[in-house]
Amino acid sequence: MAKKQMKIRAWAEDGKATVKAIVFHPMETGARKDKASGQIIPAHYITEMKCEHNGKTVLTCLWGPGVSKNPFLSFRLNNAKTGDMLKMSWVDNKGETEIAEEQIK
Amino acid sequence: MKQTRRTFLQAGMAAGTVAVAASAGLLSARSVLAAWPKPAFEAKSVTDAIKALAGNSSTVDSADIVVEAPDIAENGAVVSVTVKSKAAKTEQISVLVPENPSPLCASYIMTDGTESFVTGRIKMRKTSDVIAVVKADGKLLTAKKPVKVTLGGCGG
Repeated sequence: MAKKQMKIRAWAEDGKATVKAIVFHPMETGARKDKASGQIIPAHYITEMKCEHNGKTVLTCLWGPGVSKNPFLSFRLNNAKTGDMLKMSWVDNKGETEIAEEQIK
Repeated sequence: MKQTRRTFLQAGMAAGTVAVAASAGLLSARSVLAAWPKPAFEAKSVTDAIKALAGNSSTVDSADIVVEAPDIAENGAVVSVTVKSKAAKTEQISVLVPENPSPLCASYIMTDGTESFVTGRIKMRKTSDVIAVVKADGKLLTAKKPVKVTLGGCGG
């Protein structure tokens, strides 16, 4: 919990901002087997990622096991400027969660 | 003496972690919606997945939707996919791979605050189309792009 798993970069240009984020997460599908023990590795994946810009929800990502390990996300914001606050949060199928805030550069 | 001090520190750290977890949990309950559409992600066919997600499965091919993905993906575990929509009132962008055990990979709910553009990375079991389904102005628009996968990425 204490370990930071999410990295966000956001920069503004001409009134719009580009946001890039990566979460370090195993995104296990629940279909893979551990080669050594033959046991199925339990599913562990992010289900929801929410992005807020100045307190307003701008993007909600619904993710399934089909999203790659260490998921990457990029999107563009309308009406954004340098100094705006961006808040991103995710929750996974085990109920783990993380919230991170970043200022738009 | 040293042992006691160590134990004390560990106990303190554990308590701190729990407190952080609890406060994060409280925050998330407020800030994260509980609207994850489980049936859509568990659907085994593209039609079922779209139906579970959007209520109906009548889609229209559209030139307004652009799917950008590599022609050949060497590693199916990481395939970068970008979806752009020129359609007015784009509400939701979903990415599906028909050959995956569960076709629906990801779905993005857009708002006025975002451009109709999103990039993400998905897993692909084998060579297949990548389908983007965009909900715009109540209609379901689709576009697809074939991607050749040389190494599958769904394991098992």
